Amino acid sequence: MIITSHNEQTKSYLKPRFRADIVDGLCIRCGCCVEQCSFDSLYFDAQHQRIGTLDENCVACHRCAVFCPTQAITIRQASSEYKHNEHWRPEMIEDIIRQSETGGVLITGMGADKAWTCYWDKLCLNASQVTNPSIDPLREPMELQTFLGRKPDRVEIDPRTMELKTTLAPQVRIETPLMFSAMSYGAISLNVHEALARAASMSGTLYNTGEGGLHPKLYKYGPHTIVQVASGRFGVHPAYLDVGRIVEIKIGQGAKPGVGGHLPGEKVSATVATTRMIPQGTDALSPAPQHDIYSIEDLSQLIHALKEATNYTKPISVKIAAVHNSAAIASGIARAGADMIAIDGIRGSTGAAPKSIRDNVGIPIEMALASVDSRLRAEGIRNQVSLVVAGGFRTSADVAKAIALGADAVYIGTAALISIGCTVCQACYTGRCAWGITTTDDKLTKRQNPEIAAQRMSNLLHSWSHELKEMLGAMGINSIESLRGNRLHLRGVGLTRAEADILGVRLAGE
Amino acid sequence: MIRVNEHKPSTATVRLDAAGLHYKELNARLRSAVTAGAQRIELVNVHGQRYIGTDLDSPVEIHIHGTPGNDLGAFMDGPRIIVHSHAQDGCGNTMNKGEIVIHGHAGDILGLSARGGRIFVRDNVGYRTGIHMKQYQETRPIVVVGGTAQDFLGEYMAGGVLLLGLTLPEGETHKARFIGTGMHGGVIYLRGSVESHHLGKEVGVADIEAADADLLSEMVGQYVAYFGGDAEAILRGPFTKLVPLYLRPYGPLYAPTHRGAQGVVRRMERR
Repeated sequence: MIITSHNEQTKSYLKPRFRADIVDGLCIRCGCCVEQCSFDSLYFDAQHQRIGTLDENCVACHRCAVFCPTQAITIRQASSEYKHNEHWRPEMIEDIIRQSETGGVLITGMGADKAWTCYWDKLCLNASQVTNPSIDPLREPMELQTFLGRKPDRVEIDPRTMELKTTLAPQVRIETPLMFSAMSYGAISLNVHEALARAASMSGTLYNTGEGGLHPKLYKYGPHTIVQVASGRFGVHPAYLDVGRIVEIKIGQGAKPGVGGHLPGEKVSATVATTRMIPQGTDALSPAPQHDIYSIEDLSQLIHALKEATNYTKPISVKIAAVHNSAAIASGIARAGADMIAIDGIRGSTGAAPKSIRDNVGIPIEMALASVDSRLRAEGIRNQVSLVVAGGFRTSADVAKAIALGADAVYIGTAALISIGCTVCQACYTGRCAWGITTTDDKLTKRQNPEIAAQRMSNLLHSWSHELKEMLGAMGINSIESLRGNRLHLRGVGLTRAEADILGVRLAGE
Repeated sequence: MIRVNEHKPSTATVRLDAAGLHYKELNARLRSAVTAGAQRIELVNVHGQRYIGTDLDSPVEIHIHGTPGNDLGAFMDGPRIIVHSHAQDGCGNTMNKGEIVIHGHAGDILGLSARGGRIFVRDNVGYRTGIHMKQYQETRPIVVVGGTAQDFLGEYMAGGVLLLGLTLPEGETHKARFIGTGMHGGVIYLRGSVESHHLGKEVGVADIEAADADLLSEMVGQYVAYFGGDAEAILRGPFTKLVPLYLRPYGPLYAPTHRGAQGVVRRMERR
């Protein structure tokens, strides 16, 4: 480990990347932008009676521009032009400068921003024309209800009473196949955690605590909560396990497969310390592996420990990052006794991750989902687990395509945060989020009103759900169940034959 | 004097035969016995059943005869378990409250991520003992081991107390390597000597103070009460006290990708 503290006196070779362009004629010198900027990029220049800018601090979060009452501010790229070079792009040059000035591991937030092929953009959905009628969801019932949990190999019905004779494993009903991704309190503010809980309750779905424990005031949203057990075991105790609807073992996350988490001591406030059950101000270190899981057999042991701890009343989920051998790993997880598998792709987001890991480790969720679903079907064990996928879902169409590829439901994280102001500026790890999202600072946290934020998130779920119904109707089917794993409703455009084979889809026109 | 229930066996003590029972069935019986008001349970013929005591949250006393399986007392919240034999891996995993007393050896990851409760082991323990143990407010897990441990003792430790070597023969050293790697909270006491190159990079040796001596005396007293021995002789030590050098061992590891964030990644805080 190289430990070289950054010397503030050293001249930095980095230049500003963004600039708050303030139109002087529109600016009324109210100072609102200065108040809103939590990155010290703006100040009031009393001598010249104008707003001054420290562009090197600007992260392009747009908070000042959105809140400027006269819309005088435009955030612009400020990067000086380098001699054009396809190989040594400005990002590479600037990252090297950053590392040479600090000796540190480059850390960043949100999901991979690299141009990995997005297969959602290369898949077309089908629609009915002439040979079967399409359905209008405004006039006819359209079913999005989804049940998560292990399904039996066969069901037996008592012919006399017509009652189900088969004992079902615990099932969790959600009204729409959209759930909120794991985001821990600590990574995000308490108000946002509460907003997620309320939005999930309003929309009849689930949110996920992430690995930071659960604040007591959110226990009342338990029926809409997935509680996570990760390598740090923060805030994991019997009452926490009991309150959730599903317990999720976190093995990995798409933004940082195989890497642990270090929540910096600055973000461990008094309340974060309460829910994580650690002393205030200490780093919350999540080891890379769970040290009681070094094999599928060990995983099985923890799955059953949690089933014992919750007296077999809840499905147990296992979340992994999409990696090269996901299909074989998923098969192992299903056989280890999990009731649900969550897979997070390379574009999955994070509050903080080493940049080199975030942008390069893992595989796209589309490929992982297709190969896992195919493998579990081929082995005849697809019914034993629900498949939930995550990692950069941007639209309802992405979701529809994922369900057609075989997913039971989708986790959305970044989209939910964008609905309450996030501009994906990737400065989450600083804890200074100007939108009050990825911060534990009391003052910044107040920028999110849980009620308003919950309504915005719930609106997003509502609009995506309705769009899903429209797409189903267009295909002439009236239940999400009929789309699930129905790859005939997908056609590839611009895919190689090998890619189409992995995705299990035909090419458009075939 | 008239005694109530004089001629009936007390419902407070229950004997359960674990022979041939799957852990699921065994634990179901334990749950219903505790719900029915059992205060002491004699569990006989235990043959490797896992998760014993996991979903129990009352101060029931469970005596285990035979060998319990992995994850004994995992997520446990209150019971007292006495093992009249050896325990296997994962004993006291993420334990919250209660006590486990083992009259023998214990396997790997003893007390993993425990947040409270006490574990006493008469003999030796395996790898990664006390890994990522943490403490919170008044709850502080304490693990006392008569013998010694394997590598990675107290790795990533964030709180709690590890005390080892109470019966380590004179002249023998603790063989565990990488002791306290990544440790950022809690304390490890080793009776007997340890080579400095067996300590993790994040660990320092500190002096035994009055508060330490009190704790040691209490824990040794407890150990001797359970397993026998000469408390005075044990307390003569010598003891090595290991503490984390840094509260934030990995604070300076990172470089921000935003210039304005430089103030956020602070310098290492020396204890």
